This record gives sequence, C-alpha cells and structure tokens, in this order.
Amino acid sequence: MLGMLFKRLLFVIPSLIGVVIVTFLLTRALPGDPAAYFAGPAATKEAVEQIRVKLGLDKPLIVQFGRYVEDLMRGDLGTSLTTGQAVTTEIRNRLPASAELTLLGLLVSMAIAVPLGVLAATRPGSLIDHACRVISTAGVSLPVFFTGLIMVYVFYYLLGWAPAPLGRLDVFFSPPPTVTGFYLIDSLIAGNGELFLASLKQLILPALTLGIFSLAPIARMTRASMLAVLASDFVRTARASGLSPFSVIVTYAFRNALLPVVTTLGMVFSFLLGANVLVEKVFAWPGIGSFAIEALIASDFAPLQGFVLTMAILYVALNLMIDILYGVIDPRVRVAA
Amino acid sequence: MSELILPKDIAQRPSGLVAMLQHARYVLRDNVVTGFAFALFVLILLAALIGPYVVPLDPLASDTAAALKPPSASHWFGTDQLGRDVFSRVIVATRLDLFIAVASVALVFLMGGLAGVAAGYFGGWTDRIVGRIADTIMAFPLFVLAMGIVAALGNTVQNIIIATAIVNFPLYARVARAEANVRREAGFVLAARLSGNGDMRILLGHILPNIMPIMVVQMSLTMGYAILNAAGLSFIGLGVRPPTAEWGIMVADGAAFMVSGEWWIAFFPGAALMVAVFCFNLLGDGLRDIVDPQRRT
Repeated sequence: MLGMLFKRLLFVIPSLIGVVIVTFLLTRALPGDPAAYFAGPAATKEAVEQIRVKLGLDKPLIVQFGRYVEDLMRGDLGTSLTTGQAVTTEIRNRLPASAELTLLGLLVSMAIAVPLGVLAATRPGSLIDHACRVISTAGVSLPVFFTGLIMVYVFYYLLGWAPAPLGRLDVFFSPPPTVTGFYLIDSLIAGNGELFLASLKQLILPALTLGIFSLAPIARMTRASMLAVLASDFVRTARASGLSPFSVIVTYAFRNALLPVVTTLGMVFSFLLGANVLVEKVFAWPGIGSFAIEALIASDFAPLQGFVLTMAILYVALNLMIDILYGVIDPRVRVAA
Repeated sequence: MSELILPKDIAQRPSGLVAMLQHARYVLRDNVVTGFAFALFVLILLAALIGPYVVPLDPLASDTAAALKPPSASHWFGTDQLGRDVFSRVIVATRLDLFIAVASVALVFLMGGLAGVAAGYFGGWTDRIVGRIADTIMAFPLFVLAMGIVAALGNTVQNIIIATAIVNFPLYARVARAEANVRREAGFVLAARLSGNGDMRILLGHILPNIMPIMVVQMSLTMGYAILNAAGLSFIGLGVRPPTAEWGIMVADGAAFMVSGEWWIAFFPGAALMVAVFCFNLLGDGLRDIVDPQRRT
C-alpha cells in the first residue's frame, strides 16, 4: 500500500511541473506587456517600469522562471491591485466557501445519480431507464448558469422557498467562529442550530445546480458498469446459489460496478471546478470563483493567475486522491502497482 | 479502374455514397430522435444564415419607452432593460455563437487531429511530446484553463475560439492517435509505403482520410461543449462585448432581473443555448451510431 502511494506521488510530479510551466507561460510569454498587465489599466508609465523591475521582467525568461518558482515555494502569488491584499491570503480565506459548495454539489449529484444508474441498470428498457437517459442527456446540455437562474426564479421569486441568492448567509446572521471554514460544520460545532439551517438554506440551490450539471456522467457510468457487472458469471453464480436479489445487487454487483464510477470522478471534478465559477457568479457566492471574476473585470492579473494555479493544483490533488481511493476499493490495483 | 467487369449481383448492389445514404436512412428509421435533432440542426443553421435579414426588429435598437415588457404579440420574447427586442437578439446571436463553436472545433480538428495522427504514426518522441502536452492540458479543470487563456491573450472573440480549441486538444489528439496507431501497419499503408510514398504523403493522403468519419463524429460530439464553453466565458464577461447579441452575454444581462421576476430576458437566450447544445449532442450520438455501430449505447 505504501509503495503504491509512493508510486502515485511520483506520477503527480510531471503534472505539477506542467501546471507551473503553463501558468508561467500564461503570464510572461504572451503578446503585450506583462508588466502593464500586472500594473493594471490605470497605472502610469513609471509604475509599469517599477513593476517590471520588481517582478524581474527585465531579466531573461529562464531567470524569470526561476524567480517565479521561488516565489511559489514561499507561497507568494503576488498582490491583488483592487484589494491590496496578498493573493494567497485572499484565496485561503475564500477557498472554504468554494470547497463547501463543490463538495455538497458532488454529494447531491452522487445521491441522485448512483441510485438512478443502479435502478436503470436493473430494469433495462423500463420507465426509469428512459428517465435516466433523458436526465443524463439533458443534464449535460443545460448551461449551468442557466439552470441556476431558473432555480432562482422558481424557488426564490415564484415560490419564495429559498432565500435571496446573495452569498453564504443572510445579512441578519453573522458567520460561526472559524474552525473548518465550512459554515455547515462550524455552526454545528458552535451548537447553533438556527445558523446551521440558515447556511443550509443558502447552500441548497447552488449545490443543487452544480449537482444537476455533474449528474450526467455519474449516472451514465453507473448504469453502464452495473449492466456489465450484472451480466457477469459471478453474479449469475450468486443468483443461482439462491441469494436474495437485494444482496446480489448491493453486495456483489454494486461493489464491483463502483470502480469505473470512481474513475469518472476525475472528469466530474473537472466539470465541477469549472462550473463552480459560473454558479458562484449567479449566487454571488464569495468563493475563489467570484474572486477570479472580480479580478477579470478589474483586469487585475495576479489574482487570476493565482486562481488558475490553485484550481489546477487542487485538481491534480483530487485526481491523486481518486487514484488512491481506487486502490483502496480494488485490491487488484494494489497488487498490480 | 472503371473497366472492371463485376458479376451482376455485386454490380447491382449500391456502393459508395448511395450505400452510405441507405445505411443512414436505415439507422434513422430506428432512431427518430436523431431525425428530430437533424431537423433542429437545419433550423439553427437557417437562423444563423438568414436570421439577421428576417428578424422583425433591429437587435441593437433600444427603445426605453418599451423597456422590460413581457412577451407579447409585438415582442414575442419580450424586451430587455433597454427596450431591445429579445426575439430578434436571440435569432441574430445564433450566427455568432455558431461561428465561435464551428471555428473552434475546426481549429482543434486541425491542431489535435494532425498532432494525434503524427503521434500515432511516428510513435517515439513525437508521441511522447504530444502526449505530454495533452496530459498537461488535462491537468487543469478545462473551463478554468480557458478563462486563464482568454484573460492572458486578451479579451476578444478570436481568443475565445483559441481557448476553446486548446482545452479540447487532448480529446482530439487522443482519438486521432489511437486511430492512426492501429492503421500504422495496415495493409493499405504498407502497400502505399511499398509503392514509394513518403511518410507525409501516407499520413495525409492515406491515414487521415480513413479516420475522417471518426473525427467527424468527435467534432459533432464536442460542438455542444464548445458552445457551452464559449457561452460560459462570455457569461462571466470575457470575449464578446455588449451591445453585441450573443446568448451567454444576454443571459448575463438578464440575470439581475431574474430576482425581480423579469424572467424572459435571460430565459430565451438560455433556452436557445440549451436547444443548440442538446441538438448537437443528439446529433453526435446519432452520427456515431451510423459511423461506428459497435459503440452504440
């Protein structure tokens, strides 16, 4: 197990190097003047020159890359022009909001998609099978920002069930003392049930929006792999031995069908992290996505670059975790590695 | 070749284009949905081609007296905050959205297709370099990378096309690589090589035409994603600038009015977006069934 872990970690290194090179290239080797980018649109000529020297942009490209990596090692992603704060601090403060939303979104889509896929596979050609197909095709066709807006209109404006789509908490509440940064967990730790409900209410719509978006690949994969497993010999043997359908499906088939589903999670996370930006804009969610959009509007380049890098590193880390999880579920993978 | 004399029963069997069309009709008969998607596609194409000439009102003309009017007989999809006709804007926007998607898919077909074919055919270093580039792109959440690229290259429609093409690169390169790889030692390639054709000639003249059907399926499958990606970018304020009519930016415009109940401003462009993407996804699935029946799900 430890050997496998080590091997997987080695695999991550080229990805990380690639990510760092690409984010570096995105800032330096581009048409236009990077110093002017970093200085912002309102900067004077002297300010641009000052930034050029400060960032070392007057030096050769390879030296610049060395400095860039050095800064990264120290956790320095530059300073935001609009807030004047270090980008690292901003991202650290906002990351929990995005993480809470994304994870809940994933949870929602798993909770719907996995049972749907299993049911569709056990009853091929039935109504629920068709429903599964329609939902998964419609799910990928819906622009995530559009779903979000429809949700807001229906559940906030028409029905009045959901609170206004304005961030993590209603203005009447103050956030719980920070332990994990997740309001749901922190409010429970603080023993504040009312606060928990309030933050849950704010979370439901954006999480549901994200969930609908990422539902399709999970449902499709669950159905397909469940169909394959149900047709296999060991399931037939289990059935022939007189095990109950429930025990065959859940303990025999489902566990084996889970493997390809875990593999698709990598793609699902790519979807989720991207869609997160759009959902955060629709629901004025104060996460790193809206941070990036604010920076975009202000042509503030350092935060945007920090955002792209953070997201990429997160994504690489998530893929690593999925790989490890795969090894935990399937002993054969461990042996092969 | 035309002097070849064939036994009668073989000669009567349709070949080439006729056979292809017959096969397509056979598959379509089973698959009403694909037919429906194709009809929708024609409609979208029509809107893109002649839309700007037939819309009832100028998509850019504002009329503050008629601002924020709900859908009615004179304004089918209502009017936006500046009194512009939403219906006209949605129709006119088809051309730009479709153009962005088609251009980016064509670009990635050129980049990814050629790189992938070369990687699969030559193997070795070419393969390693193309594979590494694809892996590096895949290490990013795709939409986030597209955001970074547009922000860095500059905020224009052209760069949206480039960014969308780049994030789709790994998909095309992989498909082309796999398909070229299995054909590397195929009989027709060996024969071509034996007759003294150079690598480039074999690659472009023999292998590429053979993997075209699969690449075309790939193109129509990623078309929907390209539209979504581009609309997402313009939704967060990248690329297309107001007052240009484009679906993503129109949804963004209408977003603020959703909470006060003026749903039509964002709804209709969003629905148009959804219909277009849905159409391309269905069409892609249908095309795949025709070209590659084994992968039918």
